[in-house]
Amino acid sequence: MERGMTLSVRGLRVLRGEREVLRGVDVDVAPGEICALMGASGAGKTTVLRAVAALQPFDGGSITVDEVVLRPGPLPVQSQLGALRRHVGMVFQAHALFEHLSALDNVTLAPIHVLRWDRGRAESVAHELLESLGVGARASAFPRQLSGGEAQRVAIARALAPNPSLLLMDEPTAALDPARRGALGEKLRELAREGRALLVSTHDVDFARACADRVITLADGAIVPA
Amino acid sequence: MKITVPIRISVAVLLTLSHRTVAQSAGRPPLRWGGDAEGGAPFVEADPADPSKVRGFDVEIARMIAHGLGREPQFVQVQWSSIEQSLERGDFDVGMSGLEDRPELRARHSVSIPYFEFREVLAVRTADSARYRTLSDLRGKRVGTLGATTAYQILLGARDSLGLIPISYDDDVHPYADLVAGRVDAVLLDNIIADRSHRRLPGFVVQPAPVATGHYVAVFPLANGAERDSADAILRARMRDGSLEKVFRAWNVWDDEQAKYLQRATAAAPEQGATTNPGSTAGSSAATYLPALLRAAGITLLLSCLSMLLAVSVGVCIAAGRVYGAPFVRALLTVYVEAVRGTPVLLQLFVIYYGLSGVVRLPAFAAAVLGLGLNYAAYESEIYRSALEAIARPQLEAARTLGLSEFQILRLVRGPQALRLALAPMTNDFVALLKDSSLVSVITVVELTKQTAIYATNIGSWVVPGLLCALAYLALSLPLSHFARRLERRWSAA
Repeated sequence: MERGMTLSVRGLRVLRGEREVLRGVDVDVAPGEICALMGASGAGKTTVLRAVAALQPFDGGSITVDEVVLRPGPLPVQSQLGALRRHVGMVFQAHALFEHLSALDNVTLAPIHVLRWDRGRAESVAHELLESLGVGARASAFPRQLSGGEAQRVAIARALAPNPSLLLMDEPTAALDPARRGALGEKLRELAREGRALLVSTHDVDFARACADRVITLADGAIVPA
Repeated sequence: MKITVPIRISVAVLLTLSHRTVAQSAGRPPLRWGGDAEGGAPFVEADPADPSKVRGFDVEIARMIAHGLGREPQFVQVQWSSIEQSLERGDFDVGMSGLEDRPELRARHSVSIPYFEFREVLAVRTADSARYRTLSDLRGKRVGTLGATTAYQILLGARDSLGLIPISYDDDVHPYADLVAGRVDAVLLDNIIADRSHRRLPGFVVQPAPVATGHYVAVFPLANGAERDSADAILRARMRDGSLEKVFRAWNVWDDEQAKYLQRATAAAPEQGATTNPGSTAGSSAATYLPALLRAAGITLLLSCLSMLLAVSVGVCIAAGRVYGAPFVRALLTVYVEAVRGTPVLLQLFVIYYGLSGVVRLPAFAAAVLGLGLNYAAYESEIYRSALEAIARPQLEAARTLGLSEFQILRLVRGPQALRLALAPMTNDFVALLKDSSLVSVITVVELTKQTAIYATNIGSWVVPGLLCALAYLALSLPLSHFARRLERRWSAA
């Protein structure tokens, strides 16, 4: 891992049956940096994010997040991934907000049950996050009562609540209009300024150029030379 | 007389079909007589030499009556407790099979003169023979008998006057088995059954002093008093010419008391074994039986709630084991689910209550809760398993990226969402359980349906008891359905 990097992916290979989905992908993201992963559908962007989040086993290479190293082979059981989970937050393409919980409860879930904060502290932080993302007024709403953009921002607040050093975002602009895209880009830059590393998969060229410090383009599971 | 353990269907079908042939040959229509071959000897039993035929003293008396009427007898198998209802709906011409003479019977049917006098006798464990000689010695004790019989009515009366606890059975074998096993302290039934059970099962004695005497009769439809009168004349003639005595001797039920009875019956005017009770109508009896029905409804509700609680708890564990467990655990739980779903709950109740009594002697209510709860747990587990598996993968992955443990994911994310999916089928299952709880009467729990059946048998009509019973079940199930619908609406609004 290069010195000072939050995330270092080296020679990442993923096989799906006979097919090689990722063919030796290298990605580094430093603290305070936004790295955009671009490419057409099926290029392997989401697979890279899922491998880094330990949701997808990989067959070759290594992934290092801060001091945590993931090796090829079956996924470790959840109880062995505590250190990684503390460092990595993820925002899913379809938000994946918990349908039975309000926006506030979605955000406080990990602080209360994983970090063991008391409810008062967790709610205070959650309210701050929701306010900062412009959805403070929707704290008591349930996911199905939120618009796509609101749900997206609640999902970001949920991922940020445990204060991860690396934030993974899968197609964050997919459900947003141009105005919302601009606001999201501004928010991501603000998060980066706080010292977080961001790895964002997108096929939105304008969004990537506008907010990313670095763009990596994938095609057929391999990095396209710049 | 009465019914033994359920092997009912095959015997019934065989006997009903095969006995048509004999009577068809005569010019006059056969005399169809209804009885229960499951009651066994000496009343009616399948002939061991040719199980397609029946034998017993009731069979021979039915033949006497039929031949006296110039007809051939044709046996119709019917469950003992349903003989009266089947008779009135025209399934056969005359009902026999150790039917006890009683006022309610005479109020509803044309009843023959009694052809046999029996004694209600008390059976107690051998060790208790000196302690429990009469019903008054059994204050606070459990006394078993067959439901809807004269003996049961005697016990109900003694419950109020002597404080004993009547236990109702659906057959006449298990009361004695439970007596020996210590589940009941005494059994009150007629001397024929007591003697028969005593020959088969050691460990108890029959007290010599009878508690009461009663009579077996044949019943004809209320509108067919003429045929009943002919049957009475035939019976009297057979009493006088000694034919009846021969039959009873052949079946080893002849004794001095019987001789005295037949002497009285032939010497005196036609004997009415019981008086009618015209005041006891279905409507007026409702108030009398209402407290018992309400008490039984309470038992049904408590039984269903406890069983459902057990079913949900065990079902959740099974579902979790099948979703999260190791392959061996999953295989084991699958075998449990399939075995339980593939066998009748009635059989499971019998096994838990009677089959395991050598290992653990469960009280009837506990066995009922256990039987229903474990049976429904298999069904519940399938609902929960499919609900758990219906939760979208991104929901679980999102929870994992937040650092929740698998157990926390189940408890905080997957479980609550699955519960919403499972709510409607769970409500259905609870309503079904409420109704299936009627099955536990086979292990002596008197719940709503059983109490209704006793009520209906006593008044000879299902109209009022059936309505009250249906209302009670609706009153129990509708609030639950209403609550579930409200919860579903609330959740779907969220």
